[in-house]
Amino acid sequence: MAERLITEPDLDDLAAGAAVLGTGGGGDPHIGRLLARAAIRAGGPVPLVPLGEVPDDAVAVVVAMMGAPTVMLEKVPAVEQAALAVQAVAAYLGRRPTHLICAEAGGVNALVPVVAAAGLGLPVVDADGMGRAFPELQMVMPTLYGLGATPMSIADEKGNRGIFDTVDNKWAERLARSATIDMGCAAMIGLYPMTGTQAREALVPGTLSLCAELGRVAREARAAHRDPVAAVTSLLGGVELFGGKVVDVVRRTEGGFARGEAVLEGFDGRHGELLLRFQNEHLVAVRDGEVVATVPDLICVLDAETGAAVTTESLRYGQRVRVLAAPCDPRWHTAEGLELVGPRYFGYEHDTVRVPTGPAGHPHAGHVESGARA
Amino acid sequence: MRIGIDVGGTNTDAVLMDGQSVLAAVKTATTRDVTSGINTALAALQTQRAFDPAAVYAVMIGTTHFINALVEADRLAPTAAVRLGLPATASLPPMVDWPERLVEAIAGRAYLCHGGHEFDGRRISEPREDEIRQVAGELHRHGIRSVAISSVFSPVNAEFEQRAADILTGELPGLAVSLSSEIGRIGLLERENATIINASLRELATRIVDGLVGSLEGAGIHAPLYLSQNDGTLMDVDFARRYPVATFASGPTNSMRGAAFLSGAQTCAVVDVGGTTSDIGVLRHGFPREATTEVSVAGIRTNFRMPDVLSLGIGGGSRVRGGQGDVTVGPDSVGYRLAEEARVFGGSTLTATDVAVAAGRAAIGDPGLVRDLDRSLAEAALRRIASDIADAIERVRTSPDPLPVVVVGGGSILLPDEFESGPVHRPEHFAVANAIGAAIAQIGGEVDRIFPVEPGRRQAVLDDAKQEAVDKAIAAGAKPGSVRVVEVDEVPLAYLPGNATRIRVKAVGDLQLEGGRG
Repeated sequence: MAERLITEPDLDDLAAGAAVLGTGGGGDPHIGRLLARAAIRAGGPVPLVPLGEVPDDAVAVVVAMMGAPTVMLEKVPAVEQAALAVQAVAAYLGRRPTHLICAEAGGVNALVPVVAAAGLGLPVVDADGMGRAFPELQMVMPTLYGLGATPMSIADEKGNRGIFDTVDNKWAERLARSATIDMGCAAMIGLYPMTGTQAREALVPGTLSLCAELGRVAREARAAHRDPVAAVTSLLGGVELFGGKVVDVVRRTEGGFARGEAVLEGFDGRHGELLLRFQNEHLVAVRDGEVVATVPDLICVLDAETGAAVTTESLRYGQRVRVLAAPCDPRWHTAEGLELVGPRYFGYEHDTVRVPTGPAGHPHAGHVESGARA
Repeated sequence: MRIGIDVGGTNTDAVLMDGQSVLAAVKTATTRDVTSGINTALAALQTQRAFDPAAVYAVMIGTTHFINALVEADRLAPTAAVRLGLPATASLPPMVDWPERLVEAIAGRAYLCHGGHEFDGRRISEPREDEIRQVAGELHRHGIRSVAISSVFSPVNAEFEQRAADILTGELPGLAVSLSSEIGRIGLLERENATIINASLRELATRIVDGLVGSLEGAGIHAPLYLSQNDGTLMDVDFARRYPVATFASGPTNSMRGAAFLSGAQTCAVVDVGGTTSDIGVLRHGFPREATTEVSVAGIRTNFRMPDVLSLGIGGGSRVRGGQGDVTVGPDSVGYRLAEEARVFGGSTLTATDVAVAAGRAAIGDPGLVRDLDRSLAEAALRRIASDIADAIERVRTSPDPLPVVVVGGGSILLPDEFESGPVHRPEHFAVANAIGAAIAQIGGEVDRIFPVEPGRRQAVLDDAKQEAVDKAIAAGAKPGSVRVVEVDEVPLAYLPGNATRIRVKAVGDLQLEGGRG
């Protein structure tokens, strides 16, 4: 099989698809796209290795941005900063990394491993730790497999580096969050060092090529005057829950998280309403009083016409959107998975509601081999 | 009395107003030098209604000249960008996302220096004076006379931009300096882009503004001159020389505000129906709702304030196709060839104007030429237009409250007298709505920053922000008692701890006409 490369022209689709998997959060991938472009121009295209082809003895490291995406729009991170985070954890381990891993395929973090990989001349694994976006670093599939987030590195743009070695992954989140704030809320982290064998077991496969594919189908649908939202829904194997206009948005800050609710009213001729509950991501969808989708399944809000993802921060009165729900990796629906990322973890007093799987089948079942060209 | 002038790409409109009434209104052709067209317009005002130039207390001008210069990549000065932020931001230097053509048009050069702040006001690094002096030497060597200075999180703290400006102008007296903290909001690249565009227009701005002042003096008018800004407020000539970029969207803003004024509505939707497109926007308390997303100008992403205007491909010249059941209107149009191609003018293309005439909405051209047209088809086409426009109005609404609709423009005959959202107003003088929008403009002040909001302190923080906006309006020349807060927006930021909230407040007041800066 010919080696797949992530090249400059792939980045637009990759970023557009990452915004969809961001489920309203994860940060605008625009800066990530510009950084990846700069890194690829300097260091060349980045090989994308299918998860199944990662050798058993690979030394793989997750690399991600931690902090506030809004800050990243202002204090733009450096390409070297991502590479530095990888080097710092590698030095602590005393091993040379062979592969880089994406923490979350949703939002700006889908692009960060590409930035680091181009800078370091390493390949990126076509997989991620979530299959979507989540707000905390222990919320990854490797946690379910007992893998430690640490030893973990953190690096800022000034050259400061730190290493954490913690008793569990929630401690890693807590300590790294404090350091991130002191570092100015746009830190890079290198974490979850793992072997190829562990990676193949504990990651969500095919998600970077899924991002590229999502971007591509939406773009091609727009060009051919077909429905981009339908194309995205079908590729994710999801269902469209609702189409309507945002008629109310309420935001408040609670416990450090921006919590909000948006009410959507159905398009002309279709009655009913949809209530969206969001924090950093869209987490719960309630249609006419009935909970129809919840985290950990994906709830994506897309512009009704262009199919572009709408973030929780940009939701406002009058937007015309369509809401789709798509199944997450089924392992999130185990008891351990739900304890980590279920609705109750986010403070909602109800169980998870799974979306029925659409005709295209499960999105993470390896279908991305066909036609993906990230 | 005051005079409002709108210099568009095609026409220069002028109005003479006294209080709320329009004494004279004229339309003349725009000239490339701008000023001779204005001279003609002023003379035409005199002809229509003789007035004493000494009785004019203010002149307000809206112009699209500067945005056109950018779009045409013409008349732009060699420009440098200096960014304070090292060691942060180095991977994406200034102009990294610009079209090559425009970087060349401004002979753009980029310099990265130390400095910048964190989101909470701490310093990223201290600016280095020697570094900035070295940049001054480079600017001198390359003959650059205009510079854009940006600093990371300068909307939180602008001290470093100011310090760099002092050092550079100390070395290079006469250097034109544009500060990003004066121009845009959070979002370094977009704010910096707007600042660089501004810097490239500085020399043109000086020439144009000097020309405008000269024109007025030539007409015997010694009243202060103001230019319209994107948000519908005014800036004085000194500010206009320094911040021409703030005029970019004044065209649609003035048109919407003028239309609203003429109809008497403060909160309304404005639909401007031209030959090819309809522009739909919303005014809240007399000011246009602003776009919340990045706005691309000539292929450059910027984030300065622009009115949120939706354009639909529906106008008087739109082609009408299909039958009663599947009729379509636009988006293509016969445009300026309406007077040759439309059926009512003896042409062979069925246009939106033809169906309006056939349905008895208007008498244009020769109504006899469309008498054979199926009346139910004409009505189906008009229903289609009404429903598309009503849809667009729904999209720009900002609240579920009833919303009056003001329609202007030559194509407004296509629209019904009522929409579901509210009644339709068709004001007089709508052909010069832009100039009226300029003439009625007020002075504004604005705050847009990230504030840490401690529990229980929300109201106090909001009050401080409001007072700051009011103070800014007064400092810019508003009459103290007249200033009121017209917009408050607060959004808690995702993933950011400490209840960081972005607060935007806008205050406006009447022009201080006597004493002070008036």
